[in-house]
Amino acid sequence: MDTKRCVFVGVGGQGNLLASSLLGEAALAAGIPAVVSEIHGMAQRGGVVESAVLMGEVTSPIVSNGEADVLVGFEPLETLRTIGKCSKETLVITNLQTLPPFTVSIGQGTYPPVDKVMELITAKVSRVIALKGNDLAEEAGNPLSLNMVMLGALIGSGALDVSADVMKETLSTSTKKAFLDSNLKAFDLGLKSAV
Amino acid sequence: MHKLLTDSPGKEMLLLGNEAVARGALEAGLSIATCYPGTPSSEIPLQFLRISQETELYFEYSTNEKVALEVGAGAAACGLRTMVTMKHVGLNVAADPLMTLAYVGVKGGMVIVNADDPSLFSSQNEQDNRFYARLSGLPMLEPSNTQEMKDMTIAAFELSEELELPVILRTTTRLNHVRGAVKLGELKPIRTKGEFKKNPFHYVTVPAVSRILHKELLEKCDKAAAKSEGWPENRITGKGKWGIFANGVSVNYVNDAIHDMGIGDKVRFMQVGMSWPLPKAKIAGFLKEVDQVLVVEELEPVMETDIKAIAQENGITIPIKGKGVGRLSRLYEYDPGMVRTAIAEYFDIDYKARAMVDLSDLPQLPGRPPNLCAGCPHRATYYAVKKVYGPEAVYPTDIGCYTLGLLPPISMADYLICMGSSVSSSCGFSEATDQKVVSFIGDSTFFHSGITGLVDAVHNNHKFTLVILDNGTTAMTGHQPHPGVNAELMGLDRTRISIEDVVRGCGVKDIHVVKPFKVNKTIEAIQASKDYDGVSVVISDELCPLFARATGQMRKTKPFRVNHDKCKDHRDCINYLACPAMFIEEERVVINRNLCIGCAVCAQVCPENAILPVKD
Repeated sequence: MDTKRCVFVGVGGQGNLLASSLLGEAALAAGIPAVVSEIHGMAQRGGVVESAVLMGEVTSPIVSNGEADVLVGFEPLETLRTIGKCSKETLVITNLQTLPPFTVSIGQGTYPPVDKVMELITAKVSRVIALKGNDLAEEAGNPLSLNMVMLGALIGSGALDVSADVMKETLSTSTKKAFLDSNLKAFDLGLKSAV
Repeated sequence: MHKLLTDSPGKEMLLLGNEAVARGALEAGLSIATCYPGTPSSEIPLQFLRISQETELYFEYSTNEKVALEVGAGAAACGLRTMVTMKHVGLNVAADPLMTLAYVGVKGGMVIVNADDPSLFSSQNEQDNRFYARLSGLPMLEPSNTQEMKDMTIAAFELSEELELPVILRTTTRLNHVRGAVKLGELKPIRTKGEFKKNPFHYVTVPAVSRILHKELLEKCDKAAAKSEGWPENRITGKGKWGIFANGVSVNYVNDAIHDMGIGDKVRFMQVGMSWPLPKAKIAGFLKEVDQVLVVEELEPVMETDIKAIAQENGITIPIKGKGVGRLSRLYEYDPGMVRTAIAEYFDIDYKARAMVDLSDLPQLPGRPPNLCAGCPHRATYYAVKKVYGPEAVYPTDIGCYTLGLLPPISMADYLICMGSSVSSSCGFSEATDQKVVSFIGDSTFFHSGITGLVDAVHNNHKFTLVILDNGTTAMTGHQPHPGVNAELMGLDRTRISIEDVVRGCGVKDIHVVKPFKVNKTIEAIQASKDYDGVSVVISDELCPLFARATGQMRKTKPFRVNHDKCKDHRDCINYLACPAMFIEEERVVINRNLCIGCAVCAQVCPENAILPVKD
């Protein structure tokens, strides 16, 4: 069984903890041993939120620098900030749509142009999947379904041994019924943009 | 039904470490649970709160950790199984009862869950609470994954009852917040009542009694040490000549390193799952079989020192090292790569880690520190206080969301050491300097440990203003109730205690209750408090908007917008308030209507009156 180390990074409120936890559940359903790690607390309130899912012959709950097989970034600046988790072989999946931090609004630093961010990322790793995640979430009918879009892209990339069917089954049983249709739609849109 | 009440023994569930502890307690027949919430322990009591609404389990959010432990002690003396949960610094607050409860012991099993926070993800220090086991004489168990968190909780209750001693279950943030597969066992029925059998010459710790109890505690420690020798999670694997010891989450890093580097035939590895008392004979036996030893433990070299002592007692002179090998230090949490390279370096293994991408060409990236939410009343209170006192006053602060007032542009946090220190340190500041002193404390923290400091301030005639930020909930740790909340809103039957009454009862004569979203009135009240010669208290009363939304109390207000025809681009709004609903678009301030809750503070701050409610 292959060992896979996935890192998720986003901004508080983007839902990456739910995405990593759902992936962990799907792995378990597929018979793949998995550990998911999250950091709660100060990370909320608009700060950076990082989580990790490790699958296969591994029990450590975190991913060291350079050791991620996949980095899923929900926001381009945060993808770049977390790029140290990657080696040359890492697959990076990133949303292209920005959420500028308030420090930029009050003149502490500038948000680098997204083109520049992508240029830096692309030069460092072997494979990048970039998508307009928020637009796809809107298209799915729920702006809050960005996490489902990103999860779809991750499964669509084929980097993991978790199938789209198993993932969708997990979404059906473990997400709120009221959002199920838009979640599945968002997942499919993400999936299609990655294959 | 709560998922932790799932009655299917053998079923595997993906559980958060903290959920696994709660499930373990239920499988052990838990009757009483108490806590003061604190990251990373908070999700354990959160489960108990919900489960107590569905079952006979008694659960309370206690006023602070000392109270929580004493409530638990009384219940355990009646023979009921009791769990008390807290974060590592909470055990400092509970240290007084802990030390003598160890003498008195328990009848019903008592498990104290202690959550350490290496790397200080959300704490003021990263103290290593393994020392508390050594200080108190209480046994300590250290699980290494979610399954063990559940299983060791059950074992801890049994050990506690057998020894008649509380048992400390020590976790760290990585374990509290890891999700992993847990195989469920059988749930036990909940016993709701026990009986207290009087025995004052055991339970009343006057010196003559405690002299005997201390001796009894040492005898129990000997029994615990014997249990440790055969403890299943004091587990040795492998038969090689390279010896490794690890505890807690580091067990995984070592196991993965052995697997990843293919050195299984060379290593003898001991997981230390019962970390106090240590299994001295087992460790001595281990040391006799290996050529050199590496100790992998986060924070202090606690095991390392003990293992060296065991080696000395047994005349063993092999090299034993931990701290200082590779990047293994006393600071912060470890990670798998760090442990792998330390093992490779120490045992001279040819190993190359996967190279991290080059970061040298990264530009300076703008920071993204956490921020007070849009519509947070703390922002409004800070604004008003700064209007009156300016940036020069000394602002002792306390522990809660409002500690974020540290960051610019608010920059109104000057001193913080622990829960409640805002009030008491202000007594010292006001005596030791002529600078004005204004301290900030949240409602839950005020009940936790602010009251005694306020009594001190009034009694000793100190002069400062205390601002109590009353947002109706314990916001930081996830909206737990506290003695001052309207618990009915959360479907709970609890008696509400008025902060204003408490403040008055402490002898404070100058009290102002303000609504912080009414900016001018708030400024007036703070000015009045500044003019008062003595201890003045301002209670800033406005619900946390996240809590208000979650409990259906959100007032229907329109979001605001910037009228760019009137706006002269002073940017007072964004520069003084830095509300996350505001951003700059094409060099102008814009308000995100989806994030704005309509608190209207920015509209009152704008010199041009250019911020108005949206029209539709």
